[in-house]
Amino acid sequence: MDTQNYDIAIIGGGVVGTAIARELSKYSINTVLLEMESDVGQGASNSNSGVVHAGFTAPVGSLKADVCMYGNSHFEELCADLDVPYKKVGKLVVAVDKKQVAELYNLQYIGSKNGAELNIVGEDFIKKMEANIDGKAAMYSPNSAITSPYELTIALAENAFQNGVEIKLNTKVLGINKINGKFLIKTNQKNIRADYVINSAGLYSDDIASFSGEDRYKIYPCRGEYYVLDKNSSSLLSHLVYPVPPENAGGYGIHLTPTVDGNILIGPSNEYIDCVDNKATTKDVMEQLIKEARDFLPKISQDMVIRSYSGIRSKIVPPEIGGFTDFVIEKSPRYDNFINLIGIESPGLTSAPGIAKYVVEMIDKMENLKNKEIFNKKRTGITKFSELPLAEQKILAEENAGYRELVCRCENITRQEIIDALHNPLGVTTLKGVKYRARATMGRCQGGYCMARIVKIMQEEFNMDLEQIQLTGNSSNLFAGQAKGWEK
Amino acid sequence: MMKRELVIIGAGPAGLAAALAAYDNGIRDILIIEREKRAGGILNQCIHDGFGLHKFKEILTGPEYAYRYLKKVQERKIEIMTSTIVTELRAEKYLKVINEEIGILEFKADAVVLAMGSRERTAGGISLPGERMAGVYTAGLTQNLMNLQNIKVGNNIVILGSGDIGLIMARRLTLEGANVKAVLEIMPYSNGLNRNINQCLIDFNIPLKLSHTVIDVKGKDRLESIIVTEVDENLRAIPGSEYEIECDTLILSVGLIPENELSKQADVQIDDITGGALVKDNLETNVPGIFACGNVLHIHDLVDYVSDEAENAGQAAAKYIKSGHKWRKNNIFVEAGDGINYVIPQLITLGKDLEFSMRVKKPASDKTIKILNNNELIAKNTFKKVNPSEMIKINLAKEKLLSLKTASIKVVVE
Repeated sequence: MDTQNYDIAIIGGGVVGTAIARELSKYSINTVLLEMESDVGQGASNSNSGVVHAGFTAPVGSLKADVCMYGNSHFEELCADLDVPYKKVGKLVVAVDKKQVAELYNLQYIGSKNGAELNIVGEDFIKKMEANIDGKAAMYSPNSAITSPYELTIALAENAFQNGVEIKLNTKVLGINKINGKFLIKTNQKNIRADYVINSAGLYSDDIASFSGEDRYKIYPCRGEYYVLDKNSSSLLSHLVYPVPPENAGGYGIHLTPTVDGNILIGPSNEYIDCVDNKATTKDVMEQLIKEARDFLPKISQDMVIRSYSGIRSKIVPPEIGGFTDFVIEKSPRYDNFINLIGIESPGLTSAPGIAKYVVEMIDKMENLKNKEIFNKKRTGITKFSELPLAEQKILAEENAGYRELVCRCENITRQEIIDALHNPLGVTTLKGVKYRARATMGRCQGGYCMARIVKIMQEEFNMDLEQIQLTGNSSNLFAGQAKGWEK
Repeated sequence: MMKRELVIIGAGPAGLAAALAAYDNGIRDILIIEREKRAGGILNQCIHDGFGLHKFKEILTGPEYAYRYLKKVQERKIEIMTSTIVTELRAEKYLKVINEEIGILEFKADAVVLAMGSRERTAGGISLPGERMAGVYTAGLTQNLMNLQNIKVGNNIVILGSGDIGLIMARRLTLEGANVKAVLEIMPYSNGLNRNINQCLIDFNIPLKLSHTVIDVKGKDRLESIIVTEVDENLRAIPGSEYEIECDTLILSVGLIPENELSKQADVQIDDITGGALVKDNLETNVPGIFACGNVLHIHDLVDYVSDEAENAGQAAAKYIKSGHKWRKNNIFVEAGDGINYVIPQLITLGKDLEFSMRVKKPASDKTIKILNNNELIAKNTFKKVNPSEMIKINLAKEKLLSLKTASIKVVVE
């Protein structure tokens, strides 16, 4: 099999890998990103709370605190450049008893040392900000924000791609050897030769690290289950509302998160699991989610739930110890030019821009990177018709028939948006690819209405055969075939 | 902004019947808005028969039943704007719509009839555990793909929920060569019509497993198997009763939800039990001039009843328009008492014969449904069998209402 040559190979297309790819695309260096799934952001990057953290849980002086603070202060600009939703909604960490009030002051102390702006507020303030929430006191963090984690990951990848990074999907790394001073990366597709390897493989980063002869790392997968509430519940909550973090839990406790699209998320739970890719949701945990959410916000009811999902944290703290530890970003002891990123769990989304900068600085020290003459920091996403003012909608609808047909009635998504999503720069043509780009199937009917229509568009506009229509690639075929005796 | 006398949202069985009734009661300026390319609503994908027994004393298919009404609508030259979705509805009867040919349009109506139908409860809605791979569908979507696009969703199939669409699809997919392994129902009784159990399951040797549900779905990319358990009377899994069924497809037939997102925008008050509007006996909602009928009001078992109900709504809308928007005061409250899940209408007035539609909470034999006022019997009807899956109708003559002692009546099963 022929081999393709690059300067740098990034393994893993989550938010961290794509952020590194974009950062590297500012320089004259030949970069490839390898992702084993059919799209970027298919691991924890698409199944987290979508929160831009303000940096009050990371230990003072840690790398995690540094990159998190960097991310928090640069996120708004990044999202504006990449046409990704961002809302600085603020966060309330709510204490329900005296012991928790004391803990709020501890959080404030750590956070302030990290440079976060944090205020302790009383009952009246809580009521004024969140009429439906009860609490004795709260820590208010005005700089906590929300974003769309999957849109951001896609945007980072697309912008990196625009600026010359090659993105190889469905490409699984099977082994890495160093031959004649270069890494030979064996994959299920063409083999790759590169001078540098950046291991940002998340849950699989320990496996990838072991290819460099580094067996010290072990990832302990830790599952978090979520509930998604119908948009019609959005008026119940306008800020991020968190409990005081439970001791040594390794999570922030089940919290309530408004999303940029107007849903509310409940979760995540916190459960170490054996299997690295078991993204199941479970009955017991889902019952716990609704119960704990109702403790905070009694107006939440089961019939507001439109979906449940799981994300898996890649922890390096074993279950018997619990809690958090610092991110590990270091060169492999055997090879300077093999950089491992291990244990990038929360606040990994917030930290991604800072991590990318940190990693690129490591490479710059070895390689003396040169700026590209032209780097386009802007990326434009799909025009979201339903979010435009009426006058603009009218003009667009007049000009383009694609905006006159609503394909998804829950999220008001037009045919043009589906077509734009299918024409994405990365070449992803799965149903989930459409979902994460255009939001179709994410509403309350979960595709009951629009899926048949999207399939029709795939068949008519893109000439896709039924057999090619997949949920996520691999063997995720959606259909068994045509009806009996049916001829095209 | 265009002014119209009556705008009807939806050209399914409810919208078509409401339009006809409004026309025949003297309204000429009627606009029906339909999101599909053609009228008929969900009936267009219901190619099986069994429709029209009450209304026409005939057995029709869904499209045939729809055509009976569509033809009359066309004869009266009532305007149907197809390929058009209402994206906004306000209490002042303002509508914003988007049409595939023209683009965005705005209307102001004197009266609006809500006839948007329902949507299916989803895997998320029932908190189906397990992973999120390909191969889990709702029954109505399966029916749409099969009957309108000739797409077969899978080969080895289990159906969760014994709602009518699920039963119909068990037969349909069997006829298409799929192996339907079982229909699972968490309740100790079926949620579908008896005739569908007979004609769609028993005739095809498909087992119906009552008090069974799914506790896990397995497979990475496509569904590979499900884990099934028996449940006790509290619907809790019975430990040790779990077993695995290999299948590539799980079809959910776990209920319909009235599609009231637009109604809520217009401040229409929604009944927690039915999921539809709270209505008076003329099917008017709390918003003057907005009426509701069909599955958007409450889920019906038979389309014939949808047509009846929609005729009442159309007639009432006509009356409202002709009377110069007279708003009738309805002050007698109808309560769903012991054994009754809900009663429509929820508010009534004196002075006319009434028909109540209701559903019981659980199946039973030899039961009497009574209408009480101040604990005194004012009407009753006896049934050999009552089933939650079958709607029950009780009439109340206007004379009975003249001597009410309090401003509420209660319906109970005894």
